[in-house]
Amino acid sequence: MEALKKELKERIINVLNLEDITVDDIQDTDALFGDGLGLDSIDALELIVLLDKEYGIKLADPKQGKEIFQSIETMAQYIAQNRTKL
Amino acid sequence: MKNCYINGIGSVSIQATGFSIFDAEITTVQNVNKAQQPSYKELIAPAMSRRMAKGVKMSIYAANKALFEAKMVDPQAIIVGTGLGCIEDSEKFLDAIIENEEQFLTPTAFIQSTHNTVAAQIALLLQCKAYNFTYVNGANSFENALFDAFMQLKHLDKENILIGGVDEIAPYTFSMFEMVGKVKRVGDNINFKKPETNGIPLAEGANFFALSVKKTANTYAEVVDLLVFNDFKDDETSTIKAFLEKNNLSVNTIDVIVLGVNADAVQQPFYHKIQVLFTETPQAYYQHISGSYDTASAFGLKVAAEIIRSQSYPEKLKYNEAQPEKIENILLVNQNNLTDFSFVLLSKC
Amino acid sequence: MQNRVAITGMGIISSIGNTVEENFNALISKKAGISDIELITTRHTNEIKVGEIKLTNEQLQQLLNLPVNNTFTRTSMLGAYAAKQAVNNAQITAINEVRTGLISSTSVGGMDFTEKHYKQYDQYPEYQKYILSHNAGDSSNKIADYLGLKGFVSTISTACSSAANAIMLGASMIENGYLDRVIVGGTDSLSKFTINGFKTLMILSDTYNTPFDQHRKGLNLGEAAAYLVLESGEVVKRQNKHVLAYVCGYGNANDAYHQTASSENGEGACLAMKKAFEKAGIQPGEINYINAHGTATPNNDLSEGRALLRIFNSVPKFSSTKAFTGHTLAAAAAIEAVYSVLALQNNMVFPNLNFKTPMEEFHLIPETEPVKTEINYVLSNSFGFGGNCSTLIFAKS
Repeated sequence: MEALKKELKERIINVLNLEDITVDDIQDTDALFGDGLGLDSIDALELIVLLDKEYGIKLADPKQGKEIFQSIETMAQYIAQNRTKL
Repeated sequence: MKNCYINGIGSVSIQATGFSIFDAEITTVQNVNKAQQPSYKELIAPAMSRRMAKGVKMSIYAANKALFEAKMVDPQAIIVGTGLGCIEDSEKFLDAIIENEEQFLTPTAFIQSTHNTVAAQIALLLQCKAYNFTYVNGANSFENALFDAFMQLKHLDKENILIGGVDEIAPYTFSMFEMVGKVKRVGDNINFKKPETNGIPLAEGANFFALSVKKTANTYAEVVDLLVFNDFKDDETSTIKAFLEKNNLSVNTIDVIVLGVNADAVQQPFYHKIQVLFTETPQAYYQHISGSYDTASAFGLKVAAEIIRSQSYPEKLKYNEAQPEKIENILLVNQNNLTDFSFVLLSKC
Repeated sequence: MQNRVAITGMGIISSIGNTVEENFNALISKKAGISDIELITTRHTNEIKVGEIKLTNEQLQQLLNLPVNNTFTRTSMLGAYAAKQAVNNAQITAINEVRTGLISSTSVGGMDFTEKHYKQYDQYPEYQKYILSHNAGDSSNKIADYLGLKGFVSTISTACSSAANAIMLGASMIENGYLDRVIVGGTDSLSKFTINGFKTLMILSDTYNTPFDQHRKGLNLGEAAAYLVLESGEVVKRQNKHVLAYVCGYGNANDAYHQTASSENGEGACLAMKKAFEKAGIQPGEINYINAHGTATPNNDLSEGRALLRIFNSVPKFSSTKAFTGHTLAAAAAIEAVYSVLALQNNMVFPNLNFKTPMEEFHLIPETEPVKTEINYVLSNSFGFGGNCSTLIFAKS
C-alpha cells in the first residue's frame, strides 16, 4: 500500500505538472481539492484518465470522483480494491 | 468623434526580454526562431501556470506589461488575434489521439488548443467580465482585433481596451510547413531586401497594446485609420491613394512606410509594387527582428509606435536609404500570400 | 426604424436539412437529425450520437461545383454552401456593388482534413495541398472567393458562441458606417479532434441529448453552417429589399469563472443578456420566445436556467433546438439565428425535444410542442468555453 501511495503521488505530480511540489510535500490524508493541494475540476478529469490508463479503472460519471479523490489515502484504497491492471 | 491612442505596449519576441529597437544588438533571424521566454513566476501563480500553453503565458506577460505601462486596470474589452492559436497543444492532442487510438486522452491540451483560450485566460486572470473576442483570420488576425477596438473606442461608450496578437511555433506544424515550402529550411539564405529563396523565417511571439480614448503622458501614437480586406477590388495604387485621401493624406505626406516584408521571394512582388509607389518615402521593415508569423504585424505596430513617439529612426529599420525629416504619419502595410491584407495609419500625438 | 440592421437573406445546412425550408419543416414536425456517426471512423462510434450531415465530401464538392484540385475542407464546403444560399436568398447579383463584408466563424477550421492526413503528409504528397487549409481564416477566404466577395473578411473563434459574435460584429459595422452589407455566420464540421476533446471533458451524452431535463447526460456534437445577409437601412430602402427580420440587440460578456465551465449563477450569461436589452432598448417582458443555448450538459442548463430566472420576472416561452441538430459549436448561434428569424416569420415556437422531467433546482419547463403564438422579439443565447457569453435579440420585420 505504501508503495502504491508513493507511486500515486509521483504520477499525480507528473500528470498534473505540479512543478514546485515533491512527493514529501503531499501527506496521505491531505485534501487533494479545495484548501489542500488546490486541485480543480479539470484536474479531476485528468485523474479519471490516470485511473483508466494506469490501473484499468473506468469511471463513467465525473461525480464518482468526488469520493475517490478526497486524498491519496482514499484514492489508493479505491485503486487497490478495483484495479484491473497491475 | 473620439480618438484611439496607443498608451501601453508589451511584447515577448525572439529578441531578449526587454528588447528595444534602439538597442545596438539584435539576434539574427534564422530559419526557425523561438521566442525568448521571460520569467513568469512573479506574474502567474504556479497553480495556474502549470497548465498554460506557451502562447497563453507569453500573452499574459505582454498584456500585463501593456496594461501596466498604460496604468490601465479595467479594460472594457479584451480582444486577441491569432493565426493558429496555441498550436503546440493542438499538436499534442492530435498526436495523442493518433498514438493512443483515441484512448486515455486528457482535457488540458484540448482546452489550451481552442483558439479563444488566450483571451479567456487573460479575462480569468484579470477577473474581467467585459467584451471578449478572438479573431483567427490568418495574417490580419491582429488587425481584425485592432479594428474592433478602434471601432468601439470611436463609436461606442468605451474608453480602455486591451488588444494583442499571439502565435506559437510547434514542431510538427513546422515540418508540415516545410513540406509545402511555406517556411525557410536550414541553410536557406535569408535576405529581406533581395529574397532569393521561398518561404518565411518562421517565428513566434506575443505583442499586446493598451488602447484608450484618452491621451496620456505615455501615449505612443494615435491609430488614425485602418483597412482590413481579403483582396483588392481596385488596383493597389488607387486603393492606397484612396485610403490616404480619406484621411486627408497623400503618398507625399507619409513620413515612413512600414512594410511587412518577410524574406519570401514569392511574396516580394507585392511589396515591390508598394515600394515603387513610395519611392521617395523612408521605408522600414521589422521582420528581420521579429521573424515572420501570422501576427508578426503586431510587432510592426510596436516598432512604428516606438519610432513615432521617440521621433528617432534607428538605422536597423531602414529598408531603403531615405531618412525621414520628421515622423508624423506612418503607414503599415501587410499581407500574406496575396490575401489577409491590412493598412494601418498611425499619427504622432 | 430605418437605421436598424436588416436581415435580407439566410442560408443553412444542418443535420435536419440542406435548406431553410427543410430545417423549418423538420422543426415543426419534430424530426431530429441526431444519429449514429457514419462519415468519421472513431473508436467512440457506439458511445456517442451526433448531428451529422449525411453528405460526403465528394457530394459536397459536386454540389458546389468545385474543381478537382480544390483545397476546400469540409468546414469550408459547408460554409460556402450555406453562404451561397444566403446570398441568393437576399437576391444579390453584384456582390461588390456596395461595401460588402464576410464575417465567418469556426472552431475546427480545417482540422477535419488535418486529422485525416496529419502523419501521412510526407508519404502522400497529393494530400499536402490541404496543409495550408488548416488555419481557421482559410475557410473564410475560401467562402469569400466562392462568393466573389472582395472586402472586409474576418474570422471569429470564441468556441460555442462564435457565430453570435460574427453577427454582432457585422451589425455593429453596419451601424457605425463601415459596411453597407455583410454576410455573417459560422461553419463547423464534425471532427475526431472535437469528439475526443469533448469526450475528455466527459460532457458527451451516449444517447439523444435532452436539454433542460433533470436526467440530461450531456451534449451531442453536430455539424452545420448558416449565414445571414445583413444590410443597412439605406441599402434596403434604395434597393427596395424584402426584410426578413431585424437584428436589434446584442451583448457580449465574459464569465471569468472557469476555463470550460459556466458559473453557477450564470453571471456572464446575465451580463450578455443585460447588454443585449440595453442595446435593443426593450424590456425582458417584451421577449416572446427564447432560443436557449441549452446544450443539455448538466452545467450549462443549470447555469443558463439560473441566468434566465435572474433576468426575467416571468420566463417567456423557451426551447433549445440542440435536440434537433446537436451542438454545432461555432455554427450553433448562426443556425439558431436562422431559427429565430423563422420563429418571427411564422409566429412559431419550436419544440424542445426529449424533455420529460423538470430540473430539481428550479421550475423551468421548455415548450415541447410547436406552438403558434404572436412573436415580435426573439432572444437567442450562446455560451462557450473560456467564459464567452453572447446574446442576440431579433425583431419582427
